[in-house]
Amino acid sequence: MRKPSDHELELSVAGMLRFGVTAAALVSILGGLLYLRQPHASITRFQRFNAGGPGLRTISGIWQGAVHLDPKSVIQLGLVLLIATPIARVVFCVIGFARQRDRLYVLVSSIVLLVLLYSLSHGFQ
Amino acid sequence: MSVLVFSSLLFAASVAAGLLGAMTGLGGGVVIVPLLALLFKVDIRYAIGASLVSVIATSSGAAIAYVREGLSNIRVGMFLEVATTLGAVMGAYLAAKISGHWIAIIFGIVLLYSAISSFRSNVDHLVPIQPGTLANKLELTGRYTTADGIQAYSAERVPFGFGLMFGAGTLSGLLGIGSGAVKVLAMDQVMRLPFKVSTTTSNFMIGVTAAASAGIYLSRGYIDPTIALSVMLGVLCGSLLGTRVLVKARVSMLKQIFAVVVVVLGVEMIYSGITGRI
Repeated sequence: MRKPSDHELELSVAGMLRFGVTAAALVSILGGLLYLRQPHASITRFQRFNAGGPGLRTISGIWQGAVHLDPKSVIQLGLVLLIATPIARVVFCVIGFARQRDRLYVLVSSIVLLVLLYSLSHGFQ
Repeated sequence: MSVLVFSSLLFAASVAAGLLGAMTGLGGGVVIVPLLALLFKVDIRYAIGASLVSVIATSSGAAIAYVREGLSNIRVGMFLEVATTLGAVMGAYLAAKISGHWIAIIFGIVLLYSAISSFRSNVDHLVPIQPGTLANKLELTGRYTTADGIQAYSAERVPFGFGLMFGAGTLSGLLGIGSGAVKVLAMDQVMRLPFKVSTTTSNFMIGVTAAASAGIYLSRGYIDPTIALSVMLGVLCGSLLGTRVLVKARVSMLKQIFAVVVVVLGVEMIYSGITGRI
């Protein structure tokens, strides 16, 4: 297999980023539209911080809600997709560097990936 | 105020922030937190959560344009992301330990710095590639097209730049911003990479850095779906529009006005932090 050049690697990464952002935006817009269909009380609660339940703070909680088309959960699912986009970019880079046989940068990008997964793992509790 | 009115106002303000941020190169994210905290009276934790999400969206959305130019350096970016992501995780932890007053004060200082740094004159560095240097061993080199043809460049003072990037990541995780100004400082001023390479690589790194604290923010409930949605879509629309009109508008005048706005917001944040209003 031919080794991809750096520019080809970057182009594939950028295409993936655009796809991720578009998908994330569409899912969260869908959630927003569902949200607007509901009747709402006036809001004052944003002035005070309230962490809220696990429904919007864990990936499994968000998924459960989104499957039942709970508006806030669908929005949050879109935002999780957005957060996952740069992580997918790093996965792309690990694969790309492996195809270039650049062992140093397979290692470097794997370290970055581990840090990102560590952060995301907080959402899996 | 109804949720619809509140969300619409938030969206409109975010479009303006994204538009001005992209047109002036200061980045829209930097004004989102003060806008939400000072004008909309949103708790600063929701504000930094929404801002961080919008930073991921704009960085990823703009990447395609930068990649076509072929100026960003994927290895320099990835190597320095080790520092920025570790810093971002630490920043996200600090955000829970430090009180809102201090976050507001630190935010104000970063705003003032961003405004000043946007007026620094850009001297293009060109460090030649030398065998045996740390930069060369780490493959922190590249080529780019200038008026004089294709030039090869290398980085310098790698450990110093790496350390400063850790600081940039910490600020990003603490304040929910991209901290592009500090990233450019590390690459352009410290590592002496060409200016265009520094700015485009910085944009590329911002999304990954922000993602490193976003998971922690999410688990803490900092990301409120309704606020984050309006802000994210607004900033994304504004910045995509901003990069398109960039060439036509008279940027220098606009840049001065926006810098003044950023300075005012910075002073207001510091004042609000000291007096305990945030």
